[in-house]
Amino acid sequence: MTAAVDVATGHARADQLVDALRNAGIDFFTGVPCSLVGPVIAALEPLGYVAETREDAALGLAAGAALAGRRPLVLMQNSGFGVSLNALGSLQILYELPCLLLVTWRGRGGKDAPEHLVMGRAMPAILDAIGIPWRELGADAIAADVAWARARLDAAPGAVALVVPPGLFA
Amino acid sequence: MSAAVERAGAAPPLTTRTALAIVVPHLAGHAVVCANGFISRWAFAAGDRESHFYMIGSMGLASSIGLGIATARPGAAVAVLDGDGNVLMNLGALASIAAAAPPRFRHVVLDNGAYASTGNQPTISRRVALEAIAAAAGYARVARVRDRAGLEHALAEHLDSTGPTFLLVETAVDEGPPAPRIPFSPPEMTARFRSAVGASVAPSETR
Repeated sequence: MTAAVDVATGHARADQLVDALRNAGIDFFTGVPCSLVGPVIAALEPLGYVAETREDAALGLAAGAALAGRRPLVLMQNSGFGVSLNALGSLQILYELPCLLLVTWRGRGGKDAPEHLVMGRAMPAILDAIGIPWRELGADAIAADVAWARARLDAAPGAVALVVPPGLFA
Repeated sequence: MSAAVERAGAAPPLTTRTALAIVVPHLAGHAVVCANGFISRWAFAAGDRESHFYMIGSMGLASSIGLGIATARPGAAVAVLDGDGNVLMNLGALASIAAAAPPRFRHVVLDNGAYASTGNQPTISRRVALEAIAAAAGYARVARVRDRAGLEHALAEHLDSTGPTFLLVETAVDEGPPAPRIPFSPPEMTARFRSAVGASVAPSETR
């Protein structure tokens, strides 16, 4: 990984993201950690973030929350995005259950530990192939990107992804 | 006859179908998540309600979906009708459910020892006691039953206990005509479940 962002900036951006999520009505938080979103998880813990054991189990949890009227966020590393494909296809997308994904982009640009390179290269095409609208979260556009995601969820309930590049939060 | 079946003794007197016909009438007032495959189809045949959510994919996740409902609605009565193949596919959910400890969470596992909807290939559940895994994870109460009287007694006891509870019903594979398919589309199932649990959220409502 190439990223470097100072700790204070990373936490400030995480706070911006969490404010934007709350403004967008996202009100249920779960996932499996990645170091790239460490500050985000720290900021979500006071809001009841639920640590799950696997990414597809987190999507099951989110589906139940959505059935009970919540608007969930599931955060994960893109390695876990691979684990998630069947749940996304046969649960969130099939049943039109809204779910905002916050997926980190390990392996972006081919610069990372070897275990991240294949998924880092393939993730954009996989997101497109299964029909998940996605955007890379920009440091100067956090609120706008979250608002975009919420609008997409309203327009077509299912999964929408915000992809987190290295160096944004950590 | 395999060694595992010999160890277990005679075939269980209940099938998944007949066990669900006993269980489902007791679940009024519960949000009910029905695992994919024949469990959803036999649960539907046993008595449909709008508060039933029938999975047709995402195998293994019925327990996680039930936990999501219970987490989003603390105190809600939630029942998960699960299968041995499903539980084995997502054993981590047993830990998550025990850790969260929703007090009215009822896990009912129809354990026929087989992947019924793909042709009855054996699972490993005749050699692994799933209720013992649930107990070790920290479920408040677990039981294994294999006949009508045992099921009715344990079910009444579990529904009256602080959860999460885990009731494993040993069943035989269903023979005969297949279960009817669920007649609703997946988005229809979402809409009617939400309406039944009072969770309808139009996009403009809660901004």
